[in-house]
Amino acid sequence: MSYAISVNGQIHHVEDDGQTPLLWVLRDTLKLTGTKYGCGVAQCGACTVHVDGTPTRSCTLPLEVAASARITTIESIEGVEAQAIRGAWVARDVPQCGFCQSGQIMSAVALLRILKTPTDRDIDVAMSGNICRCATYNRIRAAIHDAAAQLGTAR
Amino acid sequence: MTRRRMILGGSLIGGALIVGYTATHPMQVAGAILQGGGSDPEPSAFGPFVRIGSDGWVTVVNKQQEMGQGIHAGIAAMVAEELDADWDRVRVIEARNNFRAYGLQMTAGSNAIASNWDAMRNAGAAARAMFVAAAAHRWNVSSQSIEVRDGVVSHPGSNRSATFADLLEDASRQTPPQSPTLKQPKDYRLIGTDRVHRKDSLAKSTGAVIYTQDIQRPDMLVAMVAHSPRFGGTLARFDASDALKVKDIVDVFAIETGVAVVAKTTFAARLGRDALRIEWNDGEAEMRSTPELIEYYHQIAAGRGDLEPSDFGTKGENPGAPFDGDAVEFAFDFPYLAHAPMETLDCVAQVDGWNVSITSGAHLATLDQVMAAIAARTIPGKVDLEVVPAGGSFGRRGIMSSDYLVECVRIAKRIQGRPIKLIWSREDEMTSGYYRPMSHHRVWVQMGADAFPARWRVHSVCQALTPIGPNFQATEGITNSPYFSTASTVDGKIFSPSFPVVVGFWRSVGASHTAFVMEHIIDQLARRDDRDPASYRRTLYERAGDTRRIGVLDELCHKADWGSPLQPGWARGLAIAEAFGTVVGQVAEVRLVDGRPIVRRVVAVVDCGIAVAPDQIAAQMEGGVGFGLSAALYGAVTLKDGIVQETNFDSHPVLRMNEMPAVETHIIKSTRRPTGMGEPGVPPIAPAVANAMLALTGSATKSLPFLSGNALSNSDVSSQS
Repeated sequence: MSYAISVNGQIHHVEDDGQTPLLWVLRDTLKLTGTKYGCGVAQCGACTVHVDGTPTRSCTLPLEVAASARITTIESIEGVEAQAIRGAWVARDVPQCGFCQSGQIMSAVALLRILKTPTDRDIDVAMSGNICRCATYNRIRAAIHDAAAQLGTAR
Repeated sequence: MTRRRMILGGSLIGGALIVGYTATHPMQVAGAILQGGGSDPEPSAFGPFVRIGSDGWVTVVNKQQEMGQGIHAGIAAMVAEELDADWDRVRVIEARNNFRAYGLQMTAGSNAIASNWDAMRNAGAAARAMFVAAAAHRWNVSSQSIEVRDGVVSHPGSNRSATFADLLEDASRQTPPQSPTLKQPKDYRLIGTDRVHRKDSLAKSTGAVIYTQDIQRPDMLVAMVAHSPRFGGTLARFDASDALKVKDIVDVFAIETGVAVVAKTTFAARLGRDALRIEWNDGEAEMRSTPELIEYYHQIAAGRGDLEPSDFGTKGENPGAPFDGDAVEFAFDFPYLAHAPMETLDCVAQVDGWNVSITSGAHLATLDQVMAAIAARTIPGKVDLEVVPAGGSFGRRGIMSSDYLVECVRIAKRIQGRPIKLIWSREDEMTSGYYRPMSHHRVWVQMGADAFPARWRVHSVCQALTPIGPNFQATEGITNSPYFSTASTVDGKIFSPSFPVVVGFWRSVGASHTAFVMEHIIDQLARRDDRDPASYRRTLYERAGDTRRIGVLDELCHKADWGSPLQPGWARGLAIAEAFGTVVGQVAEVRLVDGRPIVRRVVAVVDCGIAVAPDQIAAQMEGGVGFGLSAALYGAVTLKDGIVQETNFDSHPVLRMNEMPAVETHIIKSTRRPTGMGEPGVPPIAPAVANAMLALTGSATKSLPFLSGNALSNSDVSSQS
């Protein structure tokens, strides 16, 4: 069956089965490989995308559900929060292997859109669903604070 | 430039690693065999590792594999320092696998900085000398009067200057000097500074980096493999009729390691695999459960098995003589540990007759090339291996059998003419073995009148990591321990049982358990006699003449405010370990909540010789602490009737953001040759936490992980021995 799915502001018509996890539609069908497979059971967060603005694990979201929503992936996440987060990530050399970072950034951007100046505790709550086996956690935390500070100054 | 000239230039810069006109050096012979029939990389006047473009950009060719450790930045900094390049106009590319051009491509043992220290500095310095000679000739001045800085060559006497781009043609016609002059460390402008940044941070923050999982090729198919659920199990028979009904399934067939399902998409391959009905033959399989294996190890260490031990680190006359009555006895159990890199194992391969083309985050590329050739029944020179960044590895991709890569080649050989992307699920990865081996260490220490060890006896039980040779990795970190310095005899015995569970290299290898043994014992010995664990260690290091550990210990005590009071309920624990030539000390601040250790801060000191990329050293310290703490808190792979019980992050927790302590890294100033940092941050953290728990409760830790929930942490070794 064919589904019309809104990804990064564009409507795509895909022929995949409705049970196909959104992750594999993005990666295999639409060739958007910035979103990663890490566990397949919504435990690691490497596959995090925004579904109607909410960070969501795409590895367990069936296409037939995702097709009714607006999907945003790492390839086209935009806005002042995304810019500030990316800038802070680069300034602090946050990534090591980098494989989880698409998901980390999707979670971090969503956090800053809700909370302008998150506390350490807020960051723990928002980011604990994203595993980093390189343990870049401290730099992620610092970069989120940097980005928040930068947005606060710019505002 | 002729090809002949290029090769000569390359050979002078790269030393013996580059094939000259006659292959007589063993490395050249190996190069001829490995690359026979294969192609060479793009030629460069500046040798195999440095390319300079007409835009003045410097491209450093990194022959080491980038798996997150930031090696590309260190390699590039070594070249850029001696070249006096503009760091902001230096890029790094990953070398394809090519022994003839680059020599051995093996990224392991935290040796990439150490093993490239001479070659990369020489490559940069030789290229610099070529620019200096070109400028001297053009301006008709002496070479000594020329300066180079940030990619600009100048002659201050006449106020003339030119960029690398301006001089490129003339410079590339120069003969590279055989032994270019290298800078003194005091003159470094880049090495050892925070200007050495990663070059991949932006690409890794936009989803743009292409890992093996992301490779797309025209006509590519995706494969998954059903493996035996038990180690040593083999395929008896299978029924693929339901699998073949799944949409987009292309083929299902048996291979050496199980049943391969080939499909047009990853999800179809997964559904097809789930639909297989397979019978496994467990005749040769491991059927035991973890508690039985632990008991087996205890029996072996107690001398009740039929396994013959080997001696290690033995010292003094008659070390096997019985101990007097007051020997202190210790026993430790450590579990199997999975690597669980974020990117599971994967590989892209295409086989066309004799030709094999592979793309993978391979960190033992030279070995992988040979293993792929054997699997495809071709010659190594027909194997083209493109190396891409890996989404972590921690040793899992550095496997002597190249298991996942060979599996992909076998599937591609069967399919012929189409690229195959092999994807392992998280469950495949966690149950696949090549674990950090489980181990049991039993230690007896006879104390002298001065409350220092007079005699040591260590019986270790651990599977061997390599099929041949001594099982030295199992006891590295114990073998030459400075804590043996006050002892007249040391009796070390290693028992190496062999059974089907496959084991491998796991970040920091033997030190991942031996550091715990030695560091936790030392704290217990110090506390027996009411001595401060830091000053107790210092005496032992002094007796051993171990000045590097003394340097690390003193700095650590200073930076961590060792001995100063903490809030009630908190305690510090200290541990120091050497791995791959780098000494790391860590102090952990810990409290216990319902028996669970909470680590809020870790102060770390490292002596890794000259610090090439300080911020990456700090990053590896942070990562090592997090990785080691994750294993110490939760890490265990257990078997029930031979079947792995921890299969994904739900049943195998790992450290998350809220559990990560603050980490402060302090680097000892040194003029020694640099040593590595990818692994040495791991070993001290677990014993540092255990030592803090000892300070809080008076109770010693006898097994890891700290948090129970599996058979291993519930075993009480003292009651069984």
